[in-house]
Amino acid sequence: MPHPTDTTTALDTTPLTDAEVLLLRRDFPALKQQVNGHELIYLDSGATSQKPASVLDAERSFYEHDNSAVHRGAHTLAANATELFENARATVARFVGARENEIVWTSNATEGLNLIAYGMSNASIGRGGADAARFVLREGDEIVTTEGEHHANLVPWQELAARTGATLRHIPVDDDGALRMDEAVRMIGSRTKLVAFTHVSNVTGVINPVEELVRLAHDGGALVVLDACQSAPHRVLDLAALDVDFAVFSGHKMLAPTGIGVLYGRSELLDALPPFLTGGSMITTVTLDSSGYLPAPQRFEAGTQKVSQAIALAAAIDYLTAVGVDRIEAWESHLGARLVEGFSALPGVRVLGPGVGVHRAGLASVDVDGVHAHDVGQFLDDRGIAVRVGHHCAQPLHRRFGVTASTRASAYLYNTTADVDAVIDGMGAVRSFFGVAS
Amino acid sequence: MSGDLAGLYQQVILDHSREKHGFGLQPDADASSHQVNPTCGDELTLQLHVSDGVISSVTWEGAGCSISMASASLLTDLAPGLSLGDARQRIALFRELMHSRGAGIDDDDELLGDAIVLEGVSKYVARVKCAMLAWVALEADLAQLDA
Repeated sequence: MPHPTDTTTALDTTPLTDAEVLLLRRDFPALKQQVNGHELIYLDSGATSQKPASVLDAERSFYEHDNSAVHRGAHTLAANATELFENARATVARFVGARENEIVWTSNATEGLNLIAYGMSNASIGRGGADAARFVLREGDEIVTTEGEHHANLVPWQELAARTGATLRHIPVDDDGALRMDEAVRMIGSRTKLVAFTHVSNVTGVINPVEELVRLAHDGGALVVLDACQSAPHRVLDLAALDVDFAVFSGHKMLAPTGIGVLYGRSELLDALPPFLTGGSMITTVTLDSSGYLPAPQRFEAGTQKVSQAIALAAAIDYLTAVGVDRIEAWESHLGARLVEGFSALPGVRVLGPGVGVHRAGLASVDVDGVHAHDVGQFLDDRGIAVRVGHHCAQPLHRRFGVTASTRASAYLYNTTADVDAVIDGMGAVRSFFGVAS
Repeated sequence: MSGDLAGLYQQVILDHSREKHGFGLQPDADASSHQVNPTCGDELTLQLHVSDGVISSVTWEGAGCSISMASASLLTDLAPGLSLGDARQRIALFRELMHSRGAGIDDDDELLGDAIVLEGVSKYVARVKCAMLAWVALEADLAQLDA
């Protein structure tokens, strides 16, 4: 794990090349197929990524050789399963600059965010005692999120505010989708108890100024929750260096299966936060009337865990690490720039978010004048191009841009320059097909 | 372009999606319902105007994909003159067509008028909801009259 203070590790920020990408693509069985008579061009990795054979093999191998319950049982298979499961946690921890006890398995990022929200809710009704005092919310307290969030990082905070009487506030975005930092400075203050925002927007590809927001939040004593769903798969991430208090991401967007996600929390916070899901495996002593809870991460891992998925996530991280996350980031930066340049040059096509020349992630969403996103997606699918259409679970942000839906192309390490050119070419043909080109 | 795509987006569908027959709400409707397709954000309000047990007109406003807009426009052409019972029958028939997965319906397809051009949608499971939106709204309007 490269670390900013580690001068012995030189970052290789040379972008991948098309030739390398074509070799990588061979590792992904699902990408070797035709759709509607064309080679599949998969540009929907922002929704979910395809999986390399090594990840599929890791999950299968677990069931063929090591399948057993973890953290219990004295037999060899149980010991093997536990070791693989905990090694997977260590792999994730190294990948994001965390300690092992700061990594909690969840089903997905949404569950991680709800875990924080319900933990705080429980603290607010007195659970967790004095240790949990910093999680207590009451009337007059404020939760700050942004206009650009995925619903997963908005709705749980709406519910938390409704349960506790706290007020929910939103940092607005400008016409290019960038956070209005002047508003953030005004909004984040002594009443603020929590600031929740995304690292990278799943709609615009905007990269938010994490350090600045963390400083504002911590200056006022607020906790920071980072939605890293669109950054962990694509960028070098050092959560300790970013100094966030909590972070979440999903395995399926980073080459792993569905059903596995990660919650990161600073260990002193996780050990003080009251649990959300309770039951077996997360307790110390249980009597008929009350129970004691284990420290993190086990206090948040009630019930049978997602063992094969966690092991497969570790295999996914091994794959990403072998390719080089910094090289992937540089490649996607190139693809993102090419996407936005190509789309911006098309008549009647409007890019939502940062324009040409602004640093962005490897994705772009567009509004096509006179053609609904659903029709755009159908037209591209006919050419074998998979994109996402709709509001991408970000209705408020679409409303801010004055549209109900958009079409998003999102790239990953297996996409070539030719893939990007194909979707630009397809987008350029949409309006004449639907008879709206002037 | 594949033949399938041309079958889905027939010219008459594209024309209706732009012309939007019956577009514009009126103040004196006998029933009105608002429908949303949460997966894509399409939404539509459809009003029913009835005289002596017969549909005199259907009016609507909404925003959505070409399939949902064309379907509402085609329904606007079909509905006037139908009894409430006939309208229910046409809705049932249209639903059967949409769920036919490209097979169509053997008989009675003339009962749907020009709306039969939407048959191609039934091959695209994800788009059936788009085509159904206006028809579900009419169904809700009819249920209001029963209440």
